Amino acid sequence: MELNVVWFILLTVLFAGFFLLEGFDYGVGILVPFLGKNDLERRILINTIGPVWEGNEVWMITAGGAMFAAFPHVYATLFSGFYLALLMMLMALIFRGVAVEFRSKDDHSVWRKTWDGLICAGSLLPALLWGVAVTNLIRGVPINAQMQYTGTFFDLLSPYTLVGGLSFVLVFIFHGALYIGLKTEKEIAARARQTALRVGVATALACLGLVGLTYTNTDLFGTSGAGGALWLAVTAFVISYLLVVRARIGWAFAASGMSIVLITVSFFWGLFPRLIVSSLNPAWSLTVYNASSSQYTLKLMTIAAAVFVPVILIYQGWSYWVFRKRVTGKNLEY
Amino acid sequence: MEELLLARWQFAITSTYHFLLVPLTLGLSILVAIMETKYVRTGDALYKKMAKFWGKLFLINFSLGVATGLVQEFQFGMNWSEYSRFMGDIFGVPLALEALTAFYLESVFIGLWIFGWERLSRKMHAVTIWVVAVGANISSLWILIANSFMQQPVGYILRNDRAELNDFTAVLTNSYVLNQYPHVLLAGLVTGGIFVMAISAYHLLRGSQVDFFRPSFKYGLICALAASLLVAGTGHRQAQFVAEAQPMKLAAMEALWETANPAPFALAAVIDQQKETNSAEIGIPNGLSFLVYNSFSGEVKGIKEIQAQNVERYGPGNYIPDVVPVFWSFRIMVVAGMWLLLITMISAYFLKKGRLESYPLVLKAVLWSLPVPYIANSTGWAVTEMGRQPWIVFGLQRVDQAVSPLVPASAIWTSLIGFSVVYGIIAAAGIYLFAKFARRGPEEKAPDASVTPVKGATLWN
Repeated sequence: MELNVVWFILLTVLFAGFFLLEGFDYGVGILVPFLGKNDLERRILINTIGPVWEGNEVWMITAGGAMFAAFPHVYATLFSGFYLALLMMLMALIFRGVAVEFRSKDDHSVWRKTWDGLICAGSLLPALLWGVAVTNLIRGVPINAQMQYTGTFFDLLSPYTLVGGLSFVLVFIFHGALYIGLKTEKEIAARARQTALRVGVATALACLGLVGLTYTNTDLFGTSGAGGALWLAVTAFVISYLLVVRARIGWAFAASGMSIVLITVSFFWGLFPRLIVSSLNPAWSLTVYNASSSQYTLKLMTIAAAVFVPVILIYQGWSYWVFRKRVTGKNLEY
Repeated sequence: MEELLLARWQFAITSTYHFLLVPLTLGLSILVAIMETKYVRTGDALYKKMAKFWGKLFLINFSLGVATGLVQEFQFGMNWSEYSRFMGDIFGVPLALEALTAFYLESVFIGLWIFGWERLSRKMHAVTIWVVAVGANISSLWILIANSFMQQPVGYILRNDRAELNDFTAVLTNSYVLNQYPHVLLAGLVTGGIFVMAISAYHLLRGSQVDFFRPSFKYGLICALAASLLVAGTGHRQAQFVAEAQPMKLAAMEALWETANPAPFALAAVIDQQKETNSAEIGIPNGLSFLVYNSFSGEVKGIKEIQAQNVERYGPGNYIPDVVPVFWSFRIMVVAGMWLLLITMISAYFLKKGRLESYPLVLKAVLWSLPVPYIANSTGWAVTEMGRQPWIVFGLQRVDQAVSPLVPASAIWTSLIGFSVVYGIIAAAGIYLFAKFARRGPEEKAPDASVTPVKGATLWN
């Protein structure tokens, strides 16, 4: 297999891992002020992701770094083009990261409420913007023959991409609620399940909208694999919902994770071999061939990924094993 | 041109801010790891308390560093897209490797460290903070490998309108990084050591919790003293190296306009960049030649001659960096470093005599030295980055060729103001927490005393 294709697959894996793991972090973050009825409950919620969220966020940083190394033109076009969207995302993530660490380090209620608000907004905005970004990549954005983005921020917003953003937000909230259901006890866990049941309906509707609009706005269904993966994603989501109804939260979480992975796979599959579609001229799209690094660099990075990714999976998996127990009110760090 | 200036300001602000946080992470992580190791070895609860207390301050700093580091990963694409296109083949590699070999380690193991006190064995728990410390320092190595390529490109070939990697080993063993990395690593240890000393001095001055802050001070002192000595040595070596690798940077550091043999070392100068001369100057005769060649004679090339050579080599243009900030940043860094060396030596003397606490003046000086390593770190970084101008990649790409062509000034203004405001807010919050916990010391109140669940929440009370 060509290395350009290998790196496309690796990028897909990194984004799938990122959405799978950060997905529930975002979901938990969004739910903190709503599900936590008092300070102790909010602390419990934050502590469910406390030991793992930073490791999860690294998936995004790695995806960014890998994009820079393997497809520098994509890195350059995407981040200079989606400038204000990225700016908002970065500001949100800065606040969120600091908020998790800071919020319990002072007792004042205004202090805590402010940071909780920032955890919520700092999780909501990136979730929304990633949805908008991913749908824009495949719908196409104005990219000229010099690989430069010629549009503005508002060109990124359309009914389709907003539904994309909304779907990501809802899927992550659903996923996060299930994670809370798994990681907490008694009352909170029960409340999280109720939230999942309620949000799940809206999520299903948004996802159906996303599928429909993807059909009319993009050529994703022209690739049978991509279209199939999207339908499988919807199926996995429905199964997840039914499992929540039957209170099988563990399996439901696995199924919602599967649906997130399938959505990612579907969009990347639909994109292939393109990475960003040009709406001005299909020939100006950035592809794994015209946007890539040299073969030397791709080979080097392939070796590095082959060596380090399995090691990372082992120790990150181990950290999840260490923190496998449910979070109670005792020994809270955050 | 407005875009270029704004983009440069934004990079300067975000990078300087990030680099205020990084050295403490590098140094303090190692100190905390040493303290916890001592706890594992001796079983003495004092050292656990030390690891926890300094670890708490470390975490505040670490979270700010991680948050601002996010911007570093993405802003090359935002404001410097042409740089990213030209250099991605090379520059992306250390960045991606940093994520793969360091960020994952740091991020996963910091979670294990924070939450693992009750869940991991003592030994295993100490290992986690060592992994964080090693991860942080590996991460800085990758960044300096990337930066060193920008200072002194090696192992590349110009092809397809860009610089392509063709010898990764050459990039890894770039002589620039071999000179630069030890200096930065040691500066981190100085920062960590001084940080611990200064906060300990605050308490020793007040006679509060002395049983805790005496040994803490000692740990900080040993670290800062040893590192201050070495940082001076590596700094000297690095300056000699720069004389060879980037003569223009050295000439700007010294505001040396005319080639001289022997060359004097300017202590202070009134610099006139327009007229390309110093209107006044106090210097040590033969000083610069001695610094560069370890001998009282030796030719050091002046700015004007190097400019003429550059025009011949790279075509017409102005290849002279802003001399004033480079010249003064260098001097401020050196004076700051010497001050830290002095204050650590004096502290060590009195500590050895057992009379440190009877000299409040020394302790006060230590306390007030807390900003000094930060000043040294920032000015040192300013020298290395501003001294490279107008190049972004030395000899290959100028900053004006690197900026994103279609990002409007309004967008850069937005992000410049946006990041500044966000950074200002988190700085205020961070400083508030630092001050609060540093003043309070390790004596914690009963956990969760402040938590008063609302009525009806009966599960936990």
